[in-house]
Amino acid sequence: MELIFEKSRPGRGAGCIPASDVAAINIEAVIDRKYLRTELDLPEVAEVDLIRHYTNLSRRNFGLDLGFYPLGSCTMKYNPKVNENAAALPGFTGLHPYAGDEWAQGNLQLMDEMQQYLCNIFGMAEFTLQPAAGAHGEFAGMMMIKKYFEKKGEKRHRILIPDAAHGTNPASGALCGFETVTLRSNNEGGVDIDHLKSLMTEDVAALMLTNPNTLGLFERNIEEVSRIIHEKGGLLYADGANANAFLGITRPGDLGFDVIQLNLHKTFSTPHGGGGPGSGPVGVGKVLVDYLPVPRIVKTDDGYRWSEDFPYSIGRVRAFYGNFNVIVKAYAYIRSLGAEGLKHATQMAVLNANYIKEKLKPYFDLPYDRVCMHECVFSGSRQVEENGIHTTDIAKRLIDFGYHPPTIYFPLIVPEAIMIEPTETESKETLDAFCQAMIIISREARENPQRLKDAPLSTEVSRLDEVLAARKPDVCWKKS
Amino acid sequence: MNYAPHTEEDIAQMEAAVGIADVEELFADIPAKYRLAQLPDIPAPLSEQETIALLNGLSRKNILPHLTLTGAGAYHHFIPAVVGHIINRAEFYTAYTPYQAEISQGILQAIYEYQTMIAHLTGMEIANASMYDGASAMAEAAVLSAKTLNRSKIIIARSVHPEYRAVVRTYCWSNSYEVCEIPFNQTGQIDLDLLQKELAENVAAVLVQSPNFFGVIEDIAPLAEAVHSFGAMLVAAFTDGTALGILKPAGESGADFVVGEGQSFGNPLNYGGPYLGIFAAREKFLRRIPGRLVGATVDKNGRRGFVLTLQTREQHIRREKATSNICSNEALCALAAGVYLATLGKNLQKLAALNVQKTQYLKKQLLGIPGWKEVFTAPVYNEFAVSCPDARLVNEKLKKEGIVGAYELPKSYPELKNALLFCATEMVSKEDIDRVVDIVKGAL
Repeated sequence: MELIFEKSRPGRGAGCIPASDVAAINIEAVIDRKYLRTELDLPEVAEVDLIRHYTNLSRRNFGLDLGFYPLGSCTMKYNPKVNENAAALPGFTGLHPYAGDEWAQGNLQLMDEMQQYLCNIFGMAEFTLQPAAGAHGEFAGMMMIKKYFEKKGEKRHRILIPDAAHGTNPASGALCGFETVTLRSNNEGGVDIDHLKSLMTEDVAALMLTNPNTLGLFERNIEEVSRIIHEKGGLLYADGANANAFLGITRPGDLGFDVIQLNLHKTFSTPHGGGGPGSGPVGVGKVLVDYLPVPRIVKTDDGYRWSEDFPYSIGRVRAFYGNFNVIVKAYAYIRSLGAEGLKHATQMAVLNANYIKEKLKPYFDLPYDRVCMHECVFSGSRQVEENGIHTTDIAKRLIDFGYHPPTIYFPLIVPEAIMIEPTETESKETLDAFCQAMIIISREARENPQRLKDAPLSTEVSRLDEVLAARKPDVCWKKS
Repeated sequence: MNYAPHTEEDIAQMEAAVGIADVEELFADIPAKYRLAQLPDIPAPLSEQETIALLNGLSRKNILPHLTLTGAGAYHHFIPAVVGHIINRAEFYTAYTPYQAEISQGILQAIYEYQTMIAHLTGMEIANASMYDGASAMAEAAVLSAKTLNRSKIIIARSVHPEYRAVVRTYCWSNSYEVCEIPFNQTGQIDLDLLQKELAENVAAVLVQSPNFFGVIEDIAPLAEAVHSFGAMLVAAFTDGTALGILKPAGESGADFVVGEGQSFGNPLNYGGPYLGIFAAREKFLRRIPGRLVGATVDKNGRRGFVLTLQTREQHIRREKATSNICSNEALCALAAGVYLATLGKNLQKLAALNVQKTQYLKKQLLGIPGWKEVFTAPVYNEFAVSCPDARLVNEKLKKEGIVGAYELPKSYPELKNALLFCATEMVSKEDIDRVVDIVKGAL
């Protein structure tokens, strides 16, 4: 498809600017010419062509509303439309962040209640809604841990991260100056307790644990893990990426976690927008409340207001208050489901994942064959050995069946990983049809492997040359 | 509401297939004493009708202004109808990050076009697919400079947005970098003499903003020269991208990184977020910059296509050695920005000129009031600082008329007593301005 720049014709254009109703002035009379730009080369396209351009681009994009999207660890559940309508209300979209607290009492009440609901759901003492995404929340959470030890006058240099963890965990820790030490998983896919004991010293600030982990497995020894960490004065950090697995079932605060970051765009149904915006609230136990980012909402007799008066705060992690418009959607979701709805969502998400696991078990290797939580992780190793077919071939072939592929090659501890997270909003018929497609593909791997290697066959472009893209980077179009 | 489609019969069949009698059995790995006996304390579920009524009620507890005269990092600009129509297409907004390129060509091409437009607007060779917001983009540029040069001191102009400075301090503290602030002079620009005294071989980057927090346009070229003579990086930020319609981009004046807030490009005020972090750089930093990058390539039939590229910089590959921890960004806001810029095209220049005209008119009218004075002398874009006998009283009076007044500068600059920071975009009419002046006159 042509680029918008290739459709541009000099003198054409869409957006027209109102005539000035104030006295005309010569710009150079008020802004020195040395500060002015000499050329502005943006596309010149008629509105109808512009709409067709982006509409046709949208037709080359697969969204959740088009079909099943079992992308593991991303919780691609249905994004309810009423939440979109709520967030688009002019009272929410039209207010300037510096309008003043008196103008924004509705927003402040919504954010305050949202924090309270999250505290109740996750068993934490307080929440901040400021971080813009999950990784941003991890960073904020790890900074609070750093500040906690700084305040105590303890120098701790290391953090422990399981080998199954998301890459953001070590990256967030490194941003806080911590050295990351990899903690091994045991043969059940859980934390290797002996290894944990050998690594846990008074130089370790925290263990960053995803629970359930990226294999979709709940850490059975969580009580012991928590004890080992806390006995040496360390803190327990929860990566809440997989929080959809335990809403209304258990609470990280009760399990011993001192801090948790969430992803509203996963657990609480806000759309991911093709890469963002997300929202990454962070909940903390009592020991970390003093270090929360500012500003924080304070409730007074006159209503709500923002306060920066928290001397031990880590400070700000972004401008203003958070991805407010995303928070509105998650708030609407929590209110419309209520506690029983959230619990039912978790139960159905876990049932769906186990159903897929059982149905596909005969056809694909299942490295950890136990009850899973919200997602299950297969390996394509059998297909590699027997048919020379890789996980990426299976994923690309799934596209031809009308599905978004699962997460692949993650977690790193499973070779040729296929990580399937169906979420609760998919019906039994959808799961049956998806499993049928996977079974057909496993047969094709034996009978017609070339078809898998050529896949996808149904898309506007076939497999793209990623090596070329990296070797000769072209990230901005240039007129030839 | 319940969005799970399972009937009781479905559940029974699925339990049988899994080999359990009750869904509860699936949670047996959670130690029994940690399983909740009671549901979390949240209000009872609502129907769709009740949900929208509740949210409508909350939104009405806000007071929507007739007019907003505050900028200060968030700007009330007109958003063409096409922007909403495109970003509300579910093919875009219900997608995840484009990991599977063959079914994500839409967002990938749109972001590639966005990167191209941003690189051009900022006068740089490359731009990434977006950051969280302008403040975090600036902080990431500071951290990147320090890591690249293996130096540990960051200099920031006091004329940079106060919250951007706060975010830079947070990021620098976490990395154990020193931060030093350079005052502004009577022009409103960074004090170049003081900067030169502070520059040394341990300085990784100098962070400035233009137009700066006071709306004042900084003279980037001499700053770049001074900064580069010590081998340090110049990071230039902006908070209202429409300024780039007429102002010379910092990239043309020697900045190493141009970062900024892209909210003005088609994104509503939204009480502060989601916004759009812009990150543009010199080509030599391509393999070091944070965030996603979309690159053009070809498929096996030679057709042009787009992929996420240079991912070996990123956390999911490099883990603790990654250039940043960023994962989700603000793709939909970047899409909005791309559509906005394609809609305006060269008219962005006219829009920026209109902002200057409105601002000059407002400034002239306000300075006609006895006791009102200009605070700074250097040229401005669509914001300016004025001092008056009683700044708070002015805003009180405007508030009574449903107008969000100016940003009160003493909140973050105690040295600027009774100074107000006004902003006039294309959304402010001559009639509005005349009324504002009448209200303000009545206040004094």
